[in-house]
Amino acid sequence: MLSKRTVKKSIPAINNYNGKKKLIAIFRHWQLYILLLFPVVWTFLFRYYPMYGVQIAFKDFNPGLGILQSKWVGLKYFRMFLTSPQFGQLLLNTFSISIYSILASAPVPIILAIALNECKVRVFAKTVQLVTYAPYFISTVILVAMVNQILSPYGLLNNVIKLFGGEAVNLLAKPKLFRSIYVWSGIWQGAGYSSVIYLAALSGIDKELYEAARIDGATTLQKIIYIDLPGIMPTFIILLILNSASILNVGYEKIFLMQNPLNLNVSEVISTYVYKIGLVSAQYSYSSAIGLFNSIVSMVLLTVVNYIARKTSETSLW
Amino acid sequence: MTRKIHIRITIGDKIFDLINMIFLTFCLLVVFLPLLNIVSQSFSDPPSVLAGKVIFLPVKPTLASYERIISNSVIISGFANSVLISVLGTLLSVSLTIMAAYPLARNTLVGRNAIMWYFVFTMLFNGGLIPTYLVVRSLGMIDKYAALIIPNALSVWNIVIARTFFINTIPNELYEAATIDGSSDIRTFIQIALPVSKPILAVMTLFYAVGIWNSYFDSMIYLKSQEKYPLQLVLRNILISSQLQSQIIESSGGADQSQSLAIAEALKYAVIVFSSLPLMILYPFIQKYFVQGIMIGAIKG
Repeated sequence: MLSKRTVKKSIPAINNYNGKKKLIAIFRHWQLYILLLFPVVWTFLFRYYPMYGVQIAFKDFNPGLGILQSKWVGLKYFRMFLTSPQFGQLLLNTFSISIYSILASAPVPIILAIALNECKVRVFAKTVQLVTYAPYFISTVILVAMVNQILSPYGLLNNVIKLFGGEAVNLLAKPKLFRSIYVWSGIWQGAGYSSVIYLAALSGIDKELYEAARIDGATTLQKIIYIDLPGIMPTFIILLILNSASILNVGYEKIFLMQNPLNLNVSEVISTYVYKIGLVSAQYSYSSAIGLFNSIVSMVLLTVVNYIARKTSETSLW
Repeated sequence: MTRKIHIRITIGDKIFDLINMIFLTFCLLVVFLPLLNIVSQSFSDPPSVLAGKVIFLPVKPTLASYERIISNSVIISGFANSVLISVLGTLLSVSLTIMAAYPLARNTLVGRNAIMWYFVFTMLFNGGLIPTYLVVRSLGMIDKYAALIIPNALSVWNIVIARTFFINTIPNELYEAATIDGSSDIRTFIQIALPVSKPILAVMTLFYAVGIWNSYFDSMIYLKSQEKYPLQLVLRNILISSQLQSQIIESSGGADQSQSLAIAEALKYAVIVFSSLPLMILYPFIQKYFVQGIMIGAIKG
C-alpha cells in the first residue's frame, strides 16, 4: 500500500509540477544536479566565458590592461575587415570551397549506401563497407601527407601516367586544382563513413513497403526511386542543414595543412586567416572581429537553411 | 502468369546486380589501391621510390625506412606523448559526457529542456579562436598538456548520443523501482545505469580517443616545447612542412642531393604507415562500435 502510493507520486511528468512541487523534485534529486555541475561549469568556462570575451572585437585589446580596461572602439575592426583588400577574395574562397564540397559530397554516400544495401553477396558488401569506412580513421595530417605523396612528381598518379607513356604532371603546383583536390580527397575519406548513416536510415524503412512493391511487380530501380530515396530524405536534409552551418568553417585544419605559397591565393579562407592574424601576428582584436563576423554569418546561414527546409520538406532541426 | 512476371523481374534485377557489383568493386579499388601503394612504397628501396617504379607491389623490398623511424627519437617520443594525452583526455571526456547525459536522460530532472539548450546553444554559436585562446592562457595552460585535454573535453553531439542511449535502454520503471528500494540517484547511476551502458561507454571512448589521437591544431596553438609535441604535430613538421624543402633540393640537382631526396621520400611513406598502424590494427575490432554509435545518432537525427 505504502509503496503503491510512492509510485503514484513519482509517476506524473515533471511538466505538470507547480512551483512548490518543482522545488521538492529538485531537492529530492539533488544528486543529479551534482553530476551535472561538472559539465555545466566546464561549458560555462570554455564555451560561454569566451562569448563574453568576444567583446574585444569592439575594443583595442591590450593584454596588459585586460578585457574590461581596454578602450572601446566600436566597429573599427569590422570596418577594417570589410574594406580590406583580402575581404572579397577570402569570402569567395570560403564560399566556393564549401559549396563545391557540399554539392559534390552529398550524392556519393547515398549512392554507396544504396549499392551496399542492394548487394546480394553479403560478404562482399561487408568487405566494401569495411574498406571504404577505413579512411575515416586517418588523421588530417596523414591524409594531407598521403595526398601530397600520391600526387607528387614521383607518386602513384605520375607512376601510372608514365607507365602508359604519358607526361608527368605536378598537380600540387596548380592552384586551379586546389579546390578539387581538397573536395575529392574529402570524399575519398568520408564517403564510407557517411554511407553508414544512410544505411541506418535505409534499415529503418518499413519492410512491408518492399513486399507491396514486389507484389506490384516493381523493378529494383523503381524500388530505389520510390521507396529508398524518399525514405532517406529526412536524413539527407538534416545532414545538409548541419553542413550548411559549417559553410564558413570549412575544414580549416585540413586547408591549413594543404596551403603552400603557390596556392595561397585560392586556399586562404576566413578561418585560416583568423588564425594567422590572431595567433601568428597577435592582432587579437582584429582577429576576434573577423571570427565574430564568421560566427554570425554561420548562424544566419543555418537559420535560413533550416527555415527553407522546414517550409519545403517538413524536416528541420527545430 | 506469375512465372512470366517472375522472369521479367529477374532479368532486370540481374542487369542491375551486375552494374551494382561493378560499381562496388570500383569503390573498393578506389579506396584500397592508394592505401596499397603507400604501404608498398614504404617497403621499397629508396632509389626505386624516387624513380617512380612503385605501383602496387614493393620494388626491391627493404626495411631500411622503418629502421630509420625506430632510431628517430622525435617520432618515438611523439608517439609516447600521444598515448599519454589520449588516455588522460579520453578519461576526462567520457566522464564529463556521461555526467551530463545521464541526468538529462532522467524525466524527473526539473529544467531538463533548459539545461539541454544550455549545452546545445554552444553548437550554434561560440566565442571563436582568440577569445577561447585568451581564456586558456589566463588559466595558465599554455605549454601544458592540460590545454590539449581540458578546453575541448566535451562534445555536445556526444552528449546527445549518450542521452538518447540512456533514454532508449533504461525504462523509467527501473529508476522508479530503484527509488522505491531507497537507492539514491548516484547509486542508481553506478549500480544500474553504468552496468548496462557498456556499449555506449565503448562508443564514447572510441569517438574521443580517435579524435584526440588525430588532432594537431590545439597542440600547434598551445604547446611551445618541442619535447612535448604529440605525434600528429611531429608528423606535420616532418611530412608537410618539409615538402617544399625537398622540391628545392630537387630543383638544385646534384647526385648526393638526389640520394638524400630518395631516402626522404621513402621515409615519408614509412612514417605514414607507421603512425597509422595502431588505429589500422584496432580498426576491424572497433569498427562495429562506431557503426553502433552512428546508428544511435542517426535514429535521434
